[in-house]
Amino acid sequence: MRFGIVVNEGPYTHQASDSAYQFAKAALARGHEIFRVFFYHDGVNNGTRFTVPPQDDRNLQRLWSELAEAHKLDLVVCIAAAQRRGVLDANEAKRQGKDGDNIAPGFRISGLGQLIEAGIQSDRLVVFGD
Amino acid sequence: MSQATSKKKFLYINRRAPYGTIYALESLEVILIGAAFEQDVSAAFLDDGVFQLMNGQDTSGVGMKNFSKTYRALGDYEVRKLYVERESLAERGLTLEDLMPITYEDEDEDYAEKPSIRLVDRSEMVRIISEQDVILSF
Repeated sequence: MRFGIVVNEGPYTHQASDSAYQFAKAALARGHEIFRVFFYHDGVNNGTRFTVPPQDDRNLQRLWSELAEAHKLDLVVCIAAAQRRGVLDANEAKRQGKDGDNIAPGFRISGLGQLIEAGIQSDRLVVFGD
Repeated sequence: MSQATSKKKFLYINRRAPYGTIYALESLEVILIGAAFEQDVSAAFLDDGVFQLMNGQDTSGVGMKNFSKTYRALGDYEVRKLYVERESLAERGLTLEDLMPITYEDEDEDYAEKPSIRLVDRSEMVRIISEQDVILSF
């Protein structure tokens, strides 16, 4: 089956990102396809490489980046939500006149149309959040 | 599931009051963008989500952007089915008269203005939700 995944909450405050990660990992292990993972609302905060969680805890950003690398996952951060919350790639940083970017490896910034497209193209769209 | 080439039924479920969290505003942004994809779109308002459609919203005291007028433009985006749960309204002491008059123009009937808001009871809401292909809940 082809899944789309939506993550609506930030890391650590909420379990949504953990659950989505475990779901994606399990689905891939069973041979399913992940069309896209879309990060919205505070979920965009999963896509900053500047998080430094304690070493004895999981590093969610790194887990997502590694999963994306291993399975060629499409991790998309919503641009409008990301701009509100300070998640930028190099292009956006330049465009907005900011002095740096923080997007994590394997993530890309794009529009809400990518969320709708995931709903259209996937057999099931699974939403993680409150 | 339906073919990728045919329309899917999208339902946006709004469960939260408009200004306490950002969910209502960012839900509206998804609805507006999604309108360009020409799917079969409807929105549901239940629990505190019914407050999103309240008439006469005034955010001047809290310093936040008042985005309530955008709901009235949904008809222009071909979003014409706004299901409001009757029980959620009643539990909050509200009636249909407390909500914004949201309409759309029906091109099949000489662009007659018709109400977009449809009051449905809880069991009907269950049926509506069960008929969808894609559900995004905010």
